[in-house]
Amino acid sequence: MISSRFSKLLSWSYLAALYGFIFLPVAVLVLFSFQDGRLPVPPFNGATLKWYGEVFSDSRLMSALTNSLMVAIGSATVACVLGFCAAYGLARFVLPASRLQRGLLIAPMTVSYLIIALGLLTTFNWLGVSLSLWTVGIGHVVINLPLCFAIIYASMGDHQKNIERAARDLGAAEWQVMTQVSAPMLMPSILAAFFLSVTFSWDEFIIAFLLSRFDVTLPVEIWSMLRSGLNPKTNAVGSVVFLVSVALLLILELIVFRRTAKK
Amino acid sequence: MATASLETRENRRAWGFVTPALLWTVAFFVIPFIVMAAISLATRKGREIIMAWNFDNYIEFFEKAHLLKGLFVSLEITLTVTIISVILAYPLAWIIAERVPQKWQRMALIMAILPFWTSYVVRSYSWLLVLAQNGVINNTLVYLGVISEPLELASTRSATVIGFVHFFVMLLTLTIYANLVQMPPNYRRAAADLGANGFQVFWHVVLPLTLPGIMVGAFLTFVLCIGDYITPQILGGNNELALPQVIMLQLGRRADFPMAATLSIILMVVVTMAYIACARWLKMERT
Repeated sequence: MISSRFSKLLSWSYLAALYGFIFLPVAVLVLFSFQDGRLPVPPFNGATLKWYGEVFSDSRLMSALTNSLMVAIGSATVACVLGFCAAYGLARFVLPASRLQRGLLIAPMTVSYLIIALGLLTTFNWLGVSLSLWTVGIGHVVINLPLCFAIIYASMGDHQKNIERAARDLGAAEWQVMTQVSAPMLMPSILAAFFLSVTFSWDEFIIAFLLSRFDVTLPVEIWSMLRSGLNPKTNAVGSVVFLVSVALLLILELIVFRRTAKK
Repeated sequence: MATASLETRENRRAWGFVTPALLWTVAFFVIPFIVMAAISLATRKGREIIMAWNFDNYIEFFEKAHLLKGLFVSLEITLTVTIISVILAYPLAWIIAERVPQKWQRMALIMAILPFWTSYVVRSYSWLLVLAQNGVINNTLVYLGVISEPLELASTRSATVIGFVHFFVMLLTLTIYANLVQMPPNYRRAAADLGANGFQVFWHVVLPLTLPGIMVGAFLTFVLCIGDYITPQILGGNNELALPQVIMLQLGRRADFPMAATLSIILMVVVTMAYIACARWLKMERT
């Protein structure tokens, strides 16, 4: 069967071509972060770790990195707690207009980050609130809360409801049920929501750009580095950011999905 | 009576759980949106914002060519990107679902969307490395002697489109793959038994069944693409501005908040219209 062999060849070459396209920019980014020279473009002059050294000794980049981590972990924690409580309330109790409430909580997901950022910026301006990492954090909670709520709400099934009822019958108070029964049972989805939120906040640019002033997050700092054109140091920071994101996803994959798969 | 009081107590407790998240959403999403909508009806005098409560900004948008053009540039880029991404992603998702052995599929999929997780800024910069005047493509082609003068690849609409397509091929591969593996294999077998050839099975059975997945992915592409500032700014340059770039321009030099708010509202109306069209289409498909 020549035609089947031909179609097989065709599919594998298509696969290879698309993977090439998908990985080309990342490969170039990482490869030329080791460039021994001033320009991160071919020809490759040889490998050096000089640019990584410069990145880690650059105090502005390092404080931007710390800021990013603080904002990411802080906003993800707040979004997770708020999302978990709201999911608990809406899944376990009968509340009026619960469809409307769910819709409201999900709504920010359907709006461009640019518009959320602009809305917050005009409001903070109008109220005279000065911009800082706090305002960035507020913005990041707004974009991550719908995600956390949706993920945790979707995983609250009737199976857990019965266990919670049993705990309540045995005399547990509501907060005990929530923290000692529901939260541990839902831990995989809570962790998934948390790590996804951290990843999104860590990578987010436009909200961080518009809502910060003096202390900035890493994507904003990288943005200002772009003005100097192509530079192996920018490659090195970019590679670090990429590696952190991949590491976060690996944690997510290993802890969360393995655990759910086992169950 | 006792049950009624129990219910109200339960209810009060339930509100306690839901209220913080609702308050957050109202305070930092709903109210800012209302403020922005109000500001779009104001005018700017110097650096002062005066509430005029009229639609002058909206009228100005339709009268001034450079503002209106931003919307058209954005729409053109977004539509081009959506179509190219679907055409490229569908075969990829198909090959992963059909040709790649079962136990490697998850791995293949994770690999296919790995660069999805680089931040917008870094991803666009990486494409700049590839496309710039002294970038990878130009330097390689000059070195090989294919061209003598570097090509003008960056700071063009094509560069913006390439940067976007790269991102959305990954997204769409994910959504289309999810759709393909959900489809029961019996459908295809039945069609084949009834005498359809490979192409007919695809065209009359597989494609219509995966169309909803494509539409959802295409809608996501549309929303994310039309609201993005980074990719056109880094890769497209300042030759022709997309709507988000025009919005940012109002903020930067001119501090024209009313106009920026107006443009944002218009952007949102466009997205909402796309959403309604998509939802209506999906509903029609189902009935």
